[in-house]
Amino acid sequence: MTTELLNVEQLRTHFYTEKGTVTAVDDVSFTIHEGEIVGLVGESGCGKSVTSQSIMRLYDEYMVEYEGKIEFNGDNLLNYPIKKMQKIRGDAISMIFQDPLSSLNPVFTIGKQIAEPLMLHHKKSKKEAYERAVELLALTGIPSPEKRVHEYPHQLSGGMRQRAMIAVTLACEPKLLIADEPTTALDVTIQAQILNLMRDLNKKLQMGIIFITHDLGVVAELCDRVMVMYLGQIVEEADVKTLFEQPLHPYTRGLIKSIPQMTGERKSELSVIKGNVPSLTNKPKGCRFSTRCEFADEKCIEEMPPLKTHSDTKKVRCWHYEEIIAREEGGHVHASST
Amino acid sequence: MQAQHEETALIQVRNMKKYYQAKKGLNKLKGGNTYVKAVDGVSFDLRKGETYALVGESGCGKSTTGRTLLRLHDATEGEAIYNGKDLFKLSNKEMNKVRKDMQMVFQDPYSSLNPRKRIGNILEEPLNIHNIGNKSERTDIVMEVMSKVGLQVDHYYRYPHEFSGGQRQRIGLARALVVDPKVIICDEPVSALDVSIQSQVINLLQNLQRDLGLTYLFISHDISVVRHISDRIGVMYLGNLVEEGYTDDVIENPKHPYTKALLSSVPLPDPNVQRERVMLQGDIPSPLNPPSGCVFHTRCPFAMDVCKTTVPQSLNLAGNHTVRCHLHDEEIATDEKKVVNA
Ligand SMILES: Nc1ncnc2c1ncn2[C@@H]1O[C@H](COP(=O)(O)OP(=O)(O)OP(=O)(O)O)[C@@H](O)[C@H]1O
Ligand SMILES: Nc1ncnc2c1ncn2[C@@H]1O[C@H](COP(=O)(O)OP(=O)(O)O)[C@@H](O)[C@H]1O
Ligand code: SF4
Ligand code: SF4
Ligand SMILES: [Mg+2]
Ligand SMILES: [Mg+2]
Repeated sequence: MTTELLNVEQLRTHFYTEKGTVTAVDDVSFTIHEGEIVGLVGESGCGKSVTSQSIMRLYDEYMVEYEGKIEFNGDNLLNYPIKKMQKIRGDAISMIFQDPLSSLNPVFTIGKQIAEPLMLHHKKSKKEAYERAVELLALTGIPSPEKRVHEYPHQLSGGMRQRAMIAVTLACEPKLLIADEPTTALDVTIQAQILNLMRDLNKKLQMGIIFITHDLGVVAELCDRVMVMYLGQIVEEADVKTLFEQPLHPYTRGLIKSIPQMTGERKSELSVIKGNVPSLTNKPKGCRFSTRCEFADEKCIEEMPPLKTHSDTKKVRCWHYEEIIAREEGGHVHASST
Repeated sequence: MQAQHEETALIQVRNMKKYYQAKKGLNKLKGGNTYVKAVDGVSFDLRKGETYALVGESGCGKSTTGRTLLRLHDATEGEAIYNGKDLFKLSNKEMNKVRKDMQMVFQDPYSSLNPRKRIGNILEEPLNIHNIGNKSERTDIVMEVMSKVGLQVDHYYRYPHEFSGGQRQRIGLARALVVDPKVIICDEPVSALDVSIQSQVINLLQNLQRDLGLTYLFISHDISVVRHISDRIGVMYLGNLVEEGYTDDVIENPKHPYTKALLSSVPLPDPNVQRERVMLQGDIPSPLNPPSGCVFHTRCPFAMDVCKTTVPQSLNLAGNHTVRCHLHDEEIATDEKKVVNA
């Protein structure tokens, strides 16, 4: 395995709200290596965005409390003074969002938004910075970049804006890119173009990517590794092949089974996961999934299972997954993989 | 799974157009009126008891088709024959009667649920409008429908904000069902829902259809959902219906280059499949100024000279499969090859 880029350990993010303190991210640990694309999936509200925004420390520090460690290049980012944190953002770690307009500045040209940080952080001359801007726009597949570099965000179409935002984030050659649902609002034919682009850039620039999505199809297509979140916790982590071939956690298994398929026999009925995701103020005491899990027993309701290492590439947070799989598939769980 | 429905059309839509007038400023700029051609001559049958899906990318005119059919705004041209009458020519009074038969369910039912009203009152409202039953009969109907869609009795007294997305969609469905409609136009009914909730609502829609003999016009950009739920599919691009056929035929054997690109772009939840992808260049053109000839020619990997000038007509292929593309017109396609070879 290549060098560790980011190492998150037992991260907890608490928000102070009118209704008291809520813990949106609750004991999350993972590692990202150089050059790998790691998917973070889960349903709305499970804590994907809070996890990524915590890494960047984007929340108002009076409203939030972090616990744990976020190690980047060997330093714990949670100990950085805010000034130092600001230097990391948009430089060594960059982020892109679902809505490009929210992170592109409407009053500056695309070119200026790319060139500015280059002149500021990387001491480039104006001419050099603009040349680089044109290069980056071309790299992201924007047609006639020499012309587009002088245009404003509103002059671009949805797909082009998303590309422009990617160009802006790439300007400082980040080591780590966090992409929060960057294709969710796009049409599938445009999404296909952007996913291709992300894959290319990842290969060319060797940056690590955390790719947040709720679309398991996108995960299967783009990611090397996946982490599945449920109600503030990672419940399963695996390399992408084995996650789909043999999901271990009852939630992951339910999720994969419930998506309508594009190939094979059409089913007369879809499988479902019963009930709804509980709210943060009403979290089950034991296993977070116990209110919806068909295998929940006394122990599940009382005690929270730890994220257990199942094999080199797999982790799972469930008391009974081995018995469940043995029963459902009539076989054993292979401890080894890949 | 392909249920064989009687091929009798419940509604026949013919050459339906809906043009929106573009913003004033734009008109001045261009001298005269300019129009957004949201729907530009669409024809299809909605057969009794089927689920007919309209798919396509955002802005291609799916919702406008549904809304025009329900006369939520006036059609620019065309007709929609229901029970021997053209819906677009009915007086408002006659149309109100028909509305009882045709209901609509939206992507985000929340925005259409009055936040200050209890669910019970919200659901009784359509019954009041259509003068159905007395007070106690209305309550009975509402209770019955609530149980059909999986809501509990005590939900009757709750307010919309107390419900999750999936439950709100059940409320939206219940509101459509209380007047005992024949047709429901479902506009992206599960697009805003999480996967685990989406499958609950899809199953519900299918069970209701089976039990109540409903006909669905199912509008969605999610092709795997459409593959699961629909009997037939119509593919839209820039206000045009470019392909239509039975679901399995369209999915397994798409004929139009756009359908091929669209299908091959859907990411599959299986990391072992490597697919050949038809990549499209660029973005969808503006419906303010759609391309001449075939509306798809600016992005089509197979575009020929004739495509820039001549609008392709709808061609009937075997098995009720229709397509609007010159490649399938033998005469033109061979002529064009001669031109290319010359
Ligand atoms: N600033 C905040 N203050 C209080 N609670 C918050 C705050 N931001 C997020 N939350 C809560 O934290 C939980 C996780 O939210 P998060 O935005 O991470 O979800 P997500 O997984 O990104 O969902 P989605 O798929 O909808 O984007 C939610 O219950 C949310 O309401
Ligand atoms: N009220 C309106 N006024 C002007 N243009 C509209 C209006 N509603 C929709 N449009 C335009 O009509 C086209 C089709 O829209 P719509 O039917 O909503 O697409 P879809 O549902 O397929 O995403 C789009 O270009 C859209 O911007
Ligand atoms: S720990 Fe228990 S409740 Fe939780 S997922 Fe495993 S079996 Fe289900
Ligand atoms: S008519 Fe021509 S441009 Fe249109 S889809 Fe067919 S080949 Fe492509
Ligand atoms: Mg989010
Ligand atoms: Mg729509």
